[in-house]
Amino acid sequence: MQFGIFSVGDVTIDPVTGRMPSESERLKAMMKYALKAEEVGLDVFATGEHHNPPFVPSSPTTMLGWIAARTERLQLSTATTLITTNDPVKIAEDFSVLQHLADGRVDLMMGRGNTGPVYPWFGKDIRKGLPLAVENYHLLRRLWREKVVDWEGQFRTPLRGFTLAPAPLDDTPPFVWHGSIRSPEIAEQAAFYGDGFFHNHIFWNKEHTQQMVELYRSRFEHYGHGSADQAIVGLGGQVFMRKNSQDAVREFRPYFDNAPVYGHGPSLEEFTQMTPLTVGSPEQVIERTLGFADYAGHYQRQLFLVDHAGLPEDVVLEQIEILGTEVVPVLRREFEARRPSHVPSDPPGHAALAAQGPNSRHRQVMPAANLDAVA
Amino acid sequence: MSRRIVILSAGLSQPSTTRLLADRIGQAVQAQITGRGESAEMEVVELKDLAIDLATAMTTGGMPTPRLARVRETVSAADGIVAVSPVFTASYSGLFKMFFDVLDPEALNGMPVIIAATAGTPRHSLVLDHAIRPLFTYLRAVVVPTGVFAATEDFGDGEAGRTLTSRIHRAAAEFATLVLAEKIGVEGFAPIADVKKRVSGIQIDRAVTPFMDMLQEHVKHRDPGRGQQ
Repeated sequence: MQFGIFSVGDVTIDPVTGRMPSESERLKAMMKYALKAEEVGLDVFATGEHHNPPFVPSSPTTMLGWIAARTERLQLSTATTLITTNDPVKIAEDFSVLQHLADGRVDLMMGRGNTGPVYPWFGKDIRKGLPLAVENYHLLRRLWREKVVDWEGQFRTPLRGFTLAPAPLDDTPPFVWHGSIRSPEIAEQAAFYGDGFFHNHIFWNKEHTQQMVELYRSRFEHYGHGSADQAIVGLGGQVFMRKNSQDAVREFRPYFDNAPVYGHGPSLEEFTQMTPLTVGSPEQVIERTLGFADYAGHYQRQLFLVDHAGLPEDVVLEQIEILGTEVVPVLRREFEARRPSHVPSDPPGHAALAAQGPNSRHRQVMPAANLDAVA
Repeated sequence: MSRRIVILSAGLSQPSTTRLLADRIGQAVQAQITGRGESAEMEVVELKDLAIDLATAMTTGGMPTPRLARVRETVSAADGIVAVSPVFTASYSGLFKMFFDVLDPEALNGMPVIIAATAGTPRHSLVLDHAIRPLFTYLRAVVVPTGVFAATEDFGDGEAGRTLTSRIHRAAAEFATLVLAEKIGVEGFAPIADVKKRVSGIQIDRAVTPFMDMLQEHVKHRDPGRGQQ
């Protein structure tokens, strides 16, 4: 099972010190978190993508390329890559290059983006969010899988005789996740292609996450990619830890109370009860996280949000250290002990996918088994 | 089959005039439905009890608390609703609007509704038709023609009091007719859409559109589809 951190990349004032980091400091801090993640034995770093203040990650592959050059094992990913407003051709190129430079340590997560004004800046319309996600992703799959692409769709200028350069590393496209909080259509899309499904998890109640994951799992099986419990699932989580749980609560409360998304709303205690947020000792985080599998099933990737709401850099680095040294080693052992042998531990990585060869399901644009029946 | 009627009252005080009016309408509805040989179960929801839950939903991007989730499902599953708001600053109260703001846009499709409001003066009576009725029309609910407006003086025993009682009974009669209406029409002559199909927004719709149906309009026949290297 893979464990890592994912970052929204918000530039937020530290409510305790009143200090506002510069955009440059925030970007550099995110890079330090990624390096720290590898240092302490975490598996994944994923960055968000945003095109408006107060966020800094507008160019994810630039950031991931920087990290790739300074790491050896860390898997580089996104949370999420905007499949709606980005040109699929540019996504294919950017991540193809990144694959080569990072020796295949790359996957990515598709998302739609929910900020209305961003769409027209890229010539798109948020009301077309779902059709854009459907069409653009299908084109992306073809760009990564067909030598010469002729394409005509609704949203992009047609392609005639287009060949992606560079081709994906070993002609093997990166593994793709689809992230959605509440659109069943996206769970269906992930299941159709046999891709992974990631639920952000951290802003919603577990009953909701459970329904979305269950839908994805049942449709994954329907399309013949394996049994429902073999579907590739990732979940978010949000933690703040100190040795004594009371210290964690006291230190984190001002950051919670002023957090950009849910601050000035429910209390820390209410939000902790309703969502996966866990503020306490490493033991409490371990217990809560193990409980995720009780409603989402045995899953393959757990990403933690640790660096938002203005938390200072040294504190975030400590949190990553605690995750890597005290929490994740126990989680790895416990999750694996409970996992049935027919359920994969990890999401498919580059080496495994490349080894499956040119005729493997992963190399097909539409690998669903019962396509003839549904077409 | 017993009909389930949900009464939404946005009154704040205890006891509240708004709740008083809601209860009188509820009794009239019960009488009209039982008078037609059917039964009705009434459930009263005080929106005041959901005030914190609504604020939580507003400040978290829509996360439903367990209590709010239950009420949203109850409302969408109802056979009809009675919605009563006090008039605050020339319109429905903020609390009343917050509740409808967190509903799914498809949550009240085809829902029979009685709208009612209370105020200190009859000069606010157009709030029913200028604010509350358009809100329900947007949500594709079916509002009965008679709105029930009650100013303080309407609770007296004079002419005003008598006309309030008659408005309540007329609205309840119109409402009962809608609630008990059977779907009619001959299959094959005209497409009969299910105008009462509702989405509470709490349960994920598992009857998802098969992906090929979503993809179809984006891939031309030129698309070689699967397997090509």
